[in-house]
Amino acid sequence: MKELNTICIMCPMGCPLKIVGDGEKVEVSGNTCKRGEIYGKEELLHPSRVITSLVILEDGSVASCKSSSPVPKERIADVVDAISHISAPKTTKAGDVLLKDALGLGVDIIATGVSPKSGLN
Amino acid sequence: MTELFYDVVVIGGGPAGMAAALAAREKGAKTLILERDVRLGGILNQCIHQGFGLHYFSQEMTGPEYAKRFSDAVAQTDIEVRLEAMALGLGEDRTVSVLSPSRGLEKIRAGAVVLAMGCRERTAGAIMLPGTRPAGIYTAGMAQKLCNVSGYLVGKEVVILGSGDIGLIMARRMTTEGAKVKLVLELMPYSSGLKRNIVQCLEDYDIPIKYSHTITRVVGSPRITGLYYAPVKDRKPILEQEQYVSCDALLLSVGLIPENDLLNGLDIEMSPVTGGATVDERRMTTIDGVFSCGNVLHVHDLVDNVSREAEIAGAAAADFAMGKLAERGKQYAVVAEGDVRYALPQRIHEGGVQKLFFRVGRVVKNCRLVVESGGKTLLSKKYMVLAPGEMGSVDIDASALEGDIKVRLEI
Repeated sequence: MKELNTICIMCPMGCPLKIVGDGEKVEVSGNTCKRGEIYGKEELLHPSRVITSLVILEDGSVASCKSSSPVPKERIADVVDAISHISAPKTTKAGDVLLKDALGLGVDIIATGVSPKSGLN
Repeated sequence: MTELFYDVVVIGGGPAGMAAALAAREKGAKTLILERDVRLGGILNQCIHQGFGLHYFSQEMTGPEYAKRFSDAVAQTDIEVRLEAMALGLGEDRTVSVLSPSRGLEKIRAGAVVLAMGCRERTAGAIMLPGTRPAGIYTAGMAQKLCNVSGYLVGKEVVILGSGDIGLIMARRMTTEGAKVKLVLELMPYSSGLKRNIVQCLEDYDIPIKYSHTITRVVGSPRITGLYYAPVKDRKPILEQEQYVSCDALLLSVGLIPENDLLNGLDIEMSPVTGGATVDERRMTTIDGVFSCGNVLHVHDLVDNVSREAEIAGAAAADFAMGKLAERGKQYAVVAEGDVRYALPQRIHEGGVQKLFFRVGRVVKNCRLVVESGGKTLLSKKYMVLAPGEMGSVDIDASALEGDIKVRLEI
């Protein structure tokens, strides 16, 4: 039986959650919506997070990116490392897939925006 | 100097400005956005993290994605957008002086003006940070811009002063990009940021936060090499308990100030609490035809609320410009009392159901928010906890008001 007291991060409400259970049955209390219940169960058994980071494009401009779905917490550092090795063309635009199935986790890395080059880069 | 006329001139092309312009255009107003950056989007462009749009779009997205939804929508209309355009002056007759590299100095007459300039960060000078002023001290938002827009990490060993949301977000960003965030110091006994950011930005990465602590001295030359900090009692540091931590960068996340310099010298009522103009429920200031919305009006936690507020202001500005602003009932003041630090709008015309935003001055548990008008209770709502870092909102029935609206907490 595991027990976890935390705060739901699904939205800015920040509901205080109490999560009790094991692989079979998990009880979530303190949530005020369904998303909180789903988050609570996941957080107890398989905590994961959407990752956001950067890819420097060929011409030096900066693209922001995110994982298409949450990544297991213990693999975040590995995925960030994989993102740092991505090379992408200067024609990259928001929505482009920069890396398919990163580290075999079933998660794509997707561009969310590209900043125009500034005086610094 | 050329002189132009638009029904609605929106100053600022961030989330507030874009939403206001779209709402004004929807009403049929000839609309212009003035934006000083090279692109629309404002601060969202550097907020590459998730967490935007859950309320407005029922979908979680990053800052640039949220901005793109609006900038794409603007591009589909005939709203004119002037980039690299700095509004230098605003008159009570709603003329705007604007300077841009492509068109020089222009004077623009506006049927209505929407202020959507956002806010800026408090700096080392603003908080009288003790010690010297070496290189390596940045506001959290500046570090965020350098990182996310220009691809530069400002330090490898970082201390963050203040626990505002941008500071917390940057603690995670710097960690993700390979820096070591050693410590977050917060003067107050609670965070000024959202709870969920404490969890997902600090606890996820085992970054320690010390509440009721502050910096007593910054050291290093020419670059910061470390700082001394101490616990705080009655807002004074206890110097006997001073400790040292080495670092090569210090980020400040110590508050935001609405950027209202454009209003200096105008006969306009300002709120000393929010730092913005005072407004009625349509977001009209005390100058006829000048509206305000977003972070220039009061600092929001959520861009979703900014978009909604800006739509109210933009639509009303269009109505005003085209002579269609409906007559309203009697106007009453909205007064925040006790632990309620402010309530907004500051004036309400009688009629309909209206949304009130409020912020408390300290963490209060198990309380009731009570809204009264001339002794009549309009609303009494129970809260498990209210915190200064989280803005609240309630709908009140303003169809039959009996006096000024008082907003207070019962504990």
